[in-house]
Amino acid sequence: MKKFIRSLKEIVQYPAAMIGSIVIVFLIILSVVTVIVLPRQEAIRLWRGGDDTWQTSPKNAKPIWLNWFRREDLPKTIVVSTEDENVQRKVEIVDEEKSLKDIKYELTFDYPYQKFPQEISIFFDNKFENKSPYISATWITPDGREIKLTDFTADENHVYRFGLDSKLSRRVGGLDPHIGVFAKPDTDPPVALPGEYTLQITGLVFEENADVDAELVVYGQVHGLGGTDHRRRGIIIALLWGTPIALSFGLLAALGTTITTMIIAAFGVWYGGWVDELIQRITEIRLILPVLPILIMVGTFYSRSIWTMLGVLILLNIFGSSIKTYRAVFLQEKEAGYIEAAQAYGASNIRIIFRYLIPRIIPLMIPSLVVLIPSFVFLEASLAVLGLGDPTLPTWGKVMFDAQDNGALIEGNYYWILEPAFLLMFTGFAFAMVGFSLDRIFNPKLRGM
Amino acid sequence: MEATQIEKRVERPEVEERKSDSDFMRIAKYMGVRLVLLAITIVIGVYLAVLIANMGGYVDEIRKGVIKEQVGMQIRGNPAYEDLTAEERQKLMAEMVAQEIRRLGLDEPFIIRSFGFLEQALTLNLGRAEYMTSDTGSKQVRLILLERLPATLVMWGASNLLVFILSLLIALGLSRKYGTFFDKMIIALTPTSSAPAWFYGLFLILIFAVVLEIAPFGGLVAAPPPENKLRYALSVLRHLALPAGAILVSSVPLTAYNWRTFFLIYSSEDYVDMAKAKGLSSSKIERRYILRPTLPTIVTSFALLVITLWTGAIILETVFNWPGIGKAYNQAIGLYDTPVIVGNTVIYAYLLAITVFLLDFIYALVDPRVQVGSGTGNQL
Repeated sequence: MKKFIRSLKEIVQYPAAMIGSIVIVFLIILSVVTVIVLPRQEAIRLWRGGDDTWQTSPKNAKPIWLNWFRREDLPKTIVVSTEDENVQRKVEIVDEEKSLKDIKYELTFDYPYQKFPQEISIFFDNKFENKSPYISATWITPDGREIKLTDFTADENHVYRFGLDSKLSRRVGGLDPHIGVFAKPDTDPPVALPGEYTLQITGLVFEENADVDAELVVYGQVHGLGGTDHRRRGIIIALLWGTPIALSFGLLAALGTTITTMIIAAFGVWYGGWVDELIQRITEIRLILPVLPILIMVGTFYSRSIWTMLGVLILLNIFGSSIKTYRAVFLQEKEAGYIEAAQAYGASNIRIIFRYLIPRIIPLMIPSLVVLIPSFVFLEASLAVLGLGDPTLPTWGKVMFDAQDNGALIEGNYYWILEPAFLLMFTGFAFAMVGFSLDRIFNPKLRGM
Repeated sequence: MEATQIEKRVERPEVEERKSDSDFMRIAKYMGVRLVLLAITIVIGVYLAVLIANMGGYVDEIRKGVIKEQVGMQIRGNPAYEDLTAEERQKLMAEMVAQEIRRLGLDEPFIIRSFGFLEQALTLNLGRAEYMTSDTGSKQVRLILLERLPATLVMWGASNLLVFILSLLIALGLSRKYGTFFDKMIIALTPTSSAPAWFYGLFLILIFAVVLEIAPFGGLVAAPPPENKLRYALSVLRHLALPAGAILVSSVPLTAYNWRTFFLIYSSEDYVDMAKAKGLSSSKIERRYILRPTLPTIVTSFALLVITLWTGAIILETVFNWPGIGKAYNQAIGLYDTPVIVGNTVIYAYLLAITVFLLDFIYALVDPRVQVGSGTGNQL
């Protein structure tokens, strides 16, 4: 054991292993923090959430940190609500007998960008019993121009989307409405006018207790630390939650397959004869079985749960090709003197296998275990990219699947693919670098090479 | 994924006494044993596929679909039934289908039926696809898959050959210049093999198709396909560049590194020192005393790699929109087209077994142990 720890200390001499270890430690810390800060249920709720959860974030917006590398900032999302503290609510009584009232708001916000937002929407939250309120909205630019947006009779949860209003488009000179209301007059191509904008909302209500509330959302071109996807979801959630999932899946799969394989190899060698022969033949057959297609069939016909996949994967890999490597080592160890001594004092077969044979090859097992981890991490991603990812959990592979499915590369949404890809690559390389270095430490035969 | 592990054990040829059989007979015997083993593997793989698919009752559906189709054809083709009304015809058809189901034993317990399914799956007699069609408009699963097979074979044949040649050349070069900067660089690059080819495919598309615009995004040939045969081949080559490149990036560094280690181990043998002492030229030593005894090990390691690569084909073809069976697989998953999924699994089982058989043959040719008749060898 001391020798084992001494060998482990040698790892400091390998720069690649050190870099790899640092990345792995970072990923582990990130996983722990993620699980604490964003509990699983909450993450799943957010990831599966529909329009309600994500209505104030833009579609396919780039991550916010892109602005650090750009000369001109891309606009962020601006949300102003009539329920904000500094927004004043004015009530003007029009006709007391009929309880006609005008409810007026002025939503003011600062727009410091030269670029245009992605789209603009106003979400209304109106209260009334029978007669719905009549709403009109006006847009006031920093240079004092007043643009009449619209007037309409509103339902309870009315949504006014600037982009769908063709009349407004005509009023702002044929431009797309979300560009037209921000454009400097007489610029071609249009440039946004930075400054303080105001949205005036007037709601004419017909009942005593009726009320009007609204929320203006100016959707930016950048949003959140990870950007957003086609369903307005923040990708950062999947990037963060993908870390603990990838690590635990990789580690569990690698541990499960390595340990079962090792035990089977030990049994085969110890009992020898037809047991050994059978194990060898099964290994040969297993090696040529189409593993991924079988996994795909399980995923398509039964369950896409990540834990089912893990179980099937371990089952399929019990007779993995590493049995051959372990067998060769066990064959040597079997002849060792201490085994004979153990037999002489009457140790049982099981005792010899688990207490004397298996511990001897742990140093050999550890490097191959570490090297195996990334292959399982990537396998999980591969299944997700085929559309067989876990239906509830947000994972890196599922982000890549969505991106691929929605033509992220062709439409220029590179962040969508690159973010999960880099995380996958860091994880894979880190484990591979540590594993290869461990291999050289524990297998001195290779060290000279 | 096992191929990414470093092969620690290097097999050394043990010279045994020559028996009197001819070389040909020994190789034939060896290949016979391998053939039986591979056949068993295919049967087991396909049976597993049948078991998995049928637990949801899907295979029963496929078989009943085939029966209905056949009965329908019989009724339509038989002039005796022409005068029947639609209702009578329906009734007759239901009766005949029920009879046929009894005749084929579909009402028997599953364990007996499963062997019937096994036979159908092994002969790829899987009837009609539920949603997919072949380019010629047929819905036969067999046609859909066989039509796409050539594209897959072109891609995998070309890239595997490239991987083999490049790895061998680099490994030889490295073993000569062991310890130099180039050697260290390849060692530093080995972690790239932890990621599968499709993963690098995404990066290659981004760099060469999106940013530099010098390579196509994917597909087999330019649209519309060139009529001139030479142009057609060139266009296929152009489309092949990125997927093949992705496979090279993910496979070559680790493979070259492993093979270089084999070469180094063999070049420290006494007989190599002896050859040097005799004054043989270094190229002769390399060919006869290093490359020759290492070849069986290399073929074994390459076989493991090829098996891994086959599995990766499904996603790589999807990423590059390559119209092979891998992409058909992905489409079938998306459409939930059970017959195509089962058929595809069967085809993969065959392809893997055939590949291994071919490599076994090469192994038998290069491994002296097979020729001296020491039995089944240790390959795979």
